[in-house]
Amino acid sequence: MDTCFQINPADNCAVMLADGAAKATVQVIGAPQPLTIALRAAIPYGHKVALAVIAVGDAIHKYGIRIGHATHPIAVGDWIHLHNCASDYDERSASLELTSGKPTDTVYA
Amino acid sequence: MTNLTSYQWQGYLRPDGQKGVRNLVLVIYTVECAKHVAHAIARDEDDTHVIGFPGCYDNQYAVRLLLSLARHPNVGAVLAVGLGCEYTQPAKIAEVVRQSGRPAESFYIQENGGTLKSTAKGKALVTQLRRQIQVETPRVPMTLADLTIGCECGGSDATSGIAGNPVVGAFYDQLVDAGGRAIFEETVEMLGLKQIMLARAANGEAAQAIGAAYDKAEWYCKEVRQYSVAPGNFAGGLTTIEDKSMGAFSKSGSRPIQGVIRVTERPPQPGLWIMDSVPDPHFMQFGYTNPNDTEGIMDLISGGAQIILFVTGRGSVIGAPIAPLVKITGNSRTYQRMSDDMDFDAGRVLTGKLTLAAAGQALLEMVVAIAAGGASKSEALGHREYFIMYKHQETPSLLDGCRA
Repeated sequence: MDTCFQINPADNCAVMLADGAAKATVQVIGAPQPLTIALRAAIPYGHKVALAVIAVGDAIHKYGIRIGHATHPIAVGDWIHLHNCASDYDERSASLELTSGKPTDTVYA
Repeated sequence: MTNLTSYQWQGYLRPDGQKGVRNLVLVIYTVECAKHVAHAIARDEDDTHVIGFPGCYDNQYAVRLLLSLARHPNVGAVLAVGLGCEYTQPAKIAEVVRQSGRPAESFYIQENGGTLKSTAKGKALVTQLRRQIQVETPRVPMTLADLTIGCECGGSDATSGIAGNPVVGAFYDQLVDAGGRAIFEETVEMLGLKQIMLARAANGEAAQAIGAAYDKAEWYCKEVRQYSVAPGNFAGGLTTIEDKSMGAFSKSGSRPIQGVIRVTERPPQPGLWIMDSVPDPHFMQFGYTNPNDTEGIMDLISGGAQIILFVTGRGSVIGAPIAPLVKITGNSRTYQRMSDDMDFDAGRVLTGKLTLAAAGQALLEMVVAIAAGGASKSEALGHREYFIMYKHQETPSLLDGCRA
């Protein structure tokens, strides 16, 4: 079974340690209790998977600290990234292209 | 656990008492117009590196950085080359270097007949300087207590914060315990971490300096509307600057932070130090952005780091002049894909092949082997990227010694 890593017991997300396919079940290493979750989308290696329901405006916690807030409702097993999570500081990053991170606001003309 | 004091190798003693792990001739150009000749001089010359400043109008920060690099422990001698019109003065650079006890020469291309004649003259001077430092530089034993190490991360992905940087942190703990100096920077990649940083301060004075450096970094990012996070970071699974920050901060290990040094300042005492490389506010309203990895690496070398650790999850190929650069990746896929460039696979801690402590120990042994003269991969490939920029920082004269 593919795995993901919950860095801190207080985190509501974990880091994928494999490229996870949609609907795959993954084991959560580092969870306080044995835990598996079903992915609601394909999630690439190194990206975050939600371990809890997160409402719009609520904090995303990783490493035991707040790394941003939800901009859309997040369900357990969702991919957490630019489409549903924004920085508390950087206003530009949520506008970047989802998979490549490339800018969408710079004019090349 | 291996006794940390048992590591010993032969280094190079400078007249100012510093100890280096290389014995280099540094060619410094003082304007973009002299860059081609400076590189032509150094081409095919052993133990000869090049740095330079592109601007014609000079800048106090850049001059200070050049002078700090010119008197780096790994540098034995300097040749400064200018075109002849620019503000920055090659003869002054050579004079300051000579005051440190190192041999130094300088000339203008305009006064020496152009490209070919200046290249020939420069090669003759480099040969003479190299011979002199090879004969005259005493070899001395070095230990971990004699090392200053700088660490930068770039091309970060999600593994950088859970493998690459924590392995450096494990090594940094050992280096600090052995009496060495460890520097990390990128305060613009510590956003959201103020309380965590303050909790690591060695004392009240350090806490005050850390708090001030943090506040300036946050203010700077908001003012210039630029955050130190790039497309590759997002593609690699990092979603926000805060996400990247906590991963970057994990390179600091667990020991107390002694305080904050600025670019070109050496850590005044052993231990773990933050370098503040963020511009100070002045009449140009900060003026300049935080451009690339190489700029930060030059800052760390200016802090006296004899060796640089560069943590890159996505992968990078850069090296550095003056100080060997060791590339560490927490991403084993990157290590395999770019094996010609990557020195250390920290991703092994994620697959259970290596504990964090064992990885820190393996990194320590790699650093010692490179300190003893073994080439890092970027060093062997000839990567010597450098970047000296216009910037403003309020700092005392380098000749005044360490600040209280």
